Amino acid sequence: MRVALFVPCYVDQLRPSVAHATLALLERCGFDVDFPEAQTCCGQAHLNSGGARDARVLATRFLEIFAPYEKIVCPSASCVATVTQHYGDLLPVSPELLAIRAKTRELSAFLATEVPSTALRGRWQGKIGIQPSCHGLRELRQGRSTERRDGHPFDPLRNLLENLEGAEIVDPVRTDECCGFGGAFCVEEPGVSRLMGLDRLRDHERAGASVVTSSDVSCLLHLEGLARRERVPLEFRHVAELLECATRDPS
Amino acid sequence: MTHPERANAFANNEDRARWHDQALWFVRDRRDRAMQGLPEWEGLRAEAARIKGETLSRLADQLESFEDNAIASGAKVHWAGDAREFNDIVLDLLRTRRVTRVVKSKSMLTEECQLNPWLEAHGVEVVDTDLGERIVQLRREPPSHIVFPAIHLRKEEIGETFHAHLGSPKGLADPTRLTEIARGDLRSKFLGAQAGITGVNFAIAETGGIVVCTNEGNADLGTALPPIHIACMGIEKLVPKTADLAVFLRLLARSATGQAITAYTSHFHGPREGGELHIVIVDNGRSETLANPSFARALSCIRCGACMNTCPVFRRSGGHSYEATIPGPIGSILEPVRDAARHASLPFACTLCGSCTDVCPVAIPLHHQLKAWRGELTERALTGKWKRFCLALSRAIFERPGLYSAAGRLVRWLGRRLPRRWLYGKANTWGIARELPEFPSESFRERYRRERARER
Ligand code: SF4
Repeated sequence: MRVALFVPCYVDQLRPSVAHATLALLERCGFDVDFPEAQTCCGQAHLNSGGARDARVLATRFLEIFAPYEKIVCPSASCVATVTQHYGDLLPVSPELLAIRAKTRELSAFLATEVPSTALRGRWQGKIGIQPSCHGLRELRQGRSTERRDGHPFDPLRNLLENLEGAEIVDPVRTDECCGFGGAFCVEEPGVSRLMGLDRLRDHERAGASVVTSSDVSCLLHLEGLARRERVPLEFRHVAELLECATRDPS
Repeated sequence: MTHPERANAFANNEDRARWHDQALWFVRDRRDRAMQGLPEWEGLRAEAARIKGETLSRLADQLESFEDNAIASGAKVHWAGDAREFNDIVLDLLRTRRVTRVVKSKSMLTEECQLNPWLEAHGVEVVDTDLGERIVQLRREPPSHIVFPAIHLRKEEIGETFHAHLGSPKGLADPTRLTEIARGDLRSKFLGAQAGITGVNFAIAETGGIVVCTNEGNADLGTALPPIHIACMGIEKLVPKTADLAVFLRLLARSATGQAITAYTSHFHGPREGGELHIVIVDNGRSETLANPSFARALSCIRCGACMNTCPVFRRSGGHSYEATIPGPIGSILEPVRDAARHASLPFACTLCGSCTDVCPVAIPLHHQLKAWRGELTERALTGKWKRFCLALSRAIFERPGLYSAAGRLVRWLGRRLPRRWLYGKANTWGIARELPEFPSESFRERYRRERARER
C-alpha cells in the first residue's frame, strides 16, 4: 500500500523525531511510504484562529498535493480532525474532498486497525500516562469521552500500548481533561493555560506516570515546556516515538 | 478589558482558582454519575435537540398557540421587543397596582434586562430570594454562574457579607447557620411582598402553562403569598407538549446538579384564586439569533449550566471574567450576537476541547459554534489587526515550500543562538510559564532529503 506521510508544520520544524519515528514505524510494518515535499501546513491554526479564508487556501493546496495517494497518515490527531471533520466547512463538497477525508488517518488509528497486532509487539519498562488529544477524542471519536454514555469505547492509542510487554498504563483522576494548549489559546490566555497544564502534570504525577504520551504533539510540547520550567520529572513522548522505541528490537 | 486580562487575574490567584475548579468539577462529577444512571441518556439528548429544533423552526405558531391557551387559562400575556420595553411593562404592572415590595426568584432574563436597577430607581424594592442570588445582590455583584450565582465566593466571604448587611456575628462562616440567617431575613421579605416575579424554565404551547424549577422552593413561596405573579420568559422557552417535559426535566436536573429531578418543579396554569398571573414574553435580540443559521441552535439552551461546570477555562477563570449575563461556553456564543465588539474576546477564551458539546443536554455543538464565531469576528474585522496580519503572512509562507523551509531554518537557528534574555523577552508569552522546546538543527524534511539522497 502506498502511503503518504503527512507531517504537520510544527512537527517538521520543532519535533522532527516524531515524524522520523512515524516513518520508521510505517516502513517497519511494510508500507511503501512517500513524503510529498510540497506539503507545508494543513491550515488548522488558521481555521481555529478565525482565518477561514487563509485556511481555505491551504486546504485547497493540501487536496492537490495528497490526491494521488491511497492513504494519508499523520502523527497528529488535531491536524487529521481538521482535514476529515472541518475541510467540509471550508471547501465545497467534491469527489476530491470526500476522497481525502476518507483517506486521511491518524497514526495510532491507522496502526491499530490496518496492522496486525503481532507486527507491533514490543517491550516498554515503566508506567505510562495517557494525555488524550481532545480532537482525537471528541472529533475523531477515538475512545469514549467521559461526558458521554455511548460511542465506541475503542481507543487505538491505548490498544497499541496495551500490546507492549511490561507497559503499565496509569490513569489520572481526570482521564480526559484538556491540557490547556489550545493553539493560539496558550499564548492569548497564558494564565489559564498554565494552570490547566500544571493541573494535568500534577494529576499524571500522582497517578505514578514516568512518561506521558499523546497522539498530538502540540499538547506534549506545552506540557513539556511547563514541566521543564517547574522541574517536574516527567518525560513526554509522542505515541510514535514511544512505539518506535518499544518495537525497535523485539527480541 | 478583555477576557484574558480578567482571567489572568483570577488564575494567578492559584489557591482560589484551584478551589473554584474543584467546586465545579465536583458538580460535573455528580452529573456524570447521574448520567450513568440513565441508559437512555444519549437518546434523550437527541430527542431534546429534535424537539427544540422543531419548536424553533415554527416558533411563531407555537408562541401564538401558547398565548391563546395562556389567555384561556386566565393569565395575561404581554410582549416585549427589547429590555427597555420589558422593564417598562413590569414597572407599569407594579405601579398601577401600587406595589413597592417585590420578591423575585431566579431569572437570568431579568438579569439580562437589568430589571432590578430599573425597579429600584423607581422606588420598588426587589429582593432576590434564591440564596446565591441574594448573596450577590447584597454584595452588589452580578452572578458568576447561572445555576450557582455565588460559586466564586468562599463561606468566609459570605459570612462577612451577612455580617455587614444582615447583622450576623462577626467571623461566622458556618454554612448551616449562615443559611438560617438568610432564611430568617427572607421570611420577612416574603411575608411583606406585594408581588412575586419568577423566571420560566418551560412554557407549554398546548396548555398555555409554565413550569418553574427551583431547589429552594422560593418560587413557590414568592408566588403563593403575594396575589400578583409576574412570570418572565424569553421566546425560546417553549416546548410543544406537556409530555415533552418527560424529556427535559430529566435532562435538566441531572445536567445542572446531578439530581434526578429538581426539588421543586412548579406548574402554573392561570392565576390562583383571587390573584393575577402575568406572563411577559421577551425577544431582546433572540429573533436575530434565530435568523443566523450559524448560531440559531444556541437558542435550544435550557440553562442547565453544565457547559460551565465542564469548561476547563471557566473553572479556572471564574464567571466574572466573561463580563456577560451568561458566562461560559454558551454565553460566549449568545453574548456576541448582542454586541460583537464588546464580547469579541469571548469566543477565543476556549481551547476547542469539545467537552461542552459532549456534556450539553440539548446537544448544541458549542465548540463548533465558538469556532464559527472566530471566523465571523475576523470577517467583521473585530479581531486584532496584528493577529489578522500574522494569519495572512503565515499563509503566504505556507503557500511556498521553499520560503517555509527557509523561515523554519531561520527561526530554529535564532532559537539556538540567541541569548536567553532575548529569547524570553516580553513578546514571548509562551515563555512566561514554559520553556521553549529545544530547537533542532535539522527539520524533518531536511534530514529526510539528506538521507534519501545518500541512499540513491
Ligand atoms: S448550552 Fe447546553 S450545557 Fe450549556 S447551559 Fe445551555 S443547555 Fe446547559
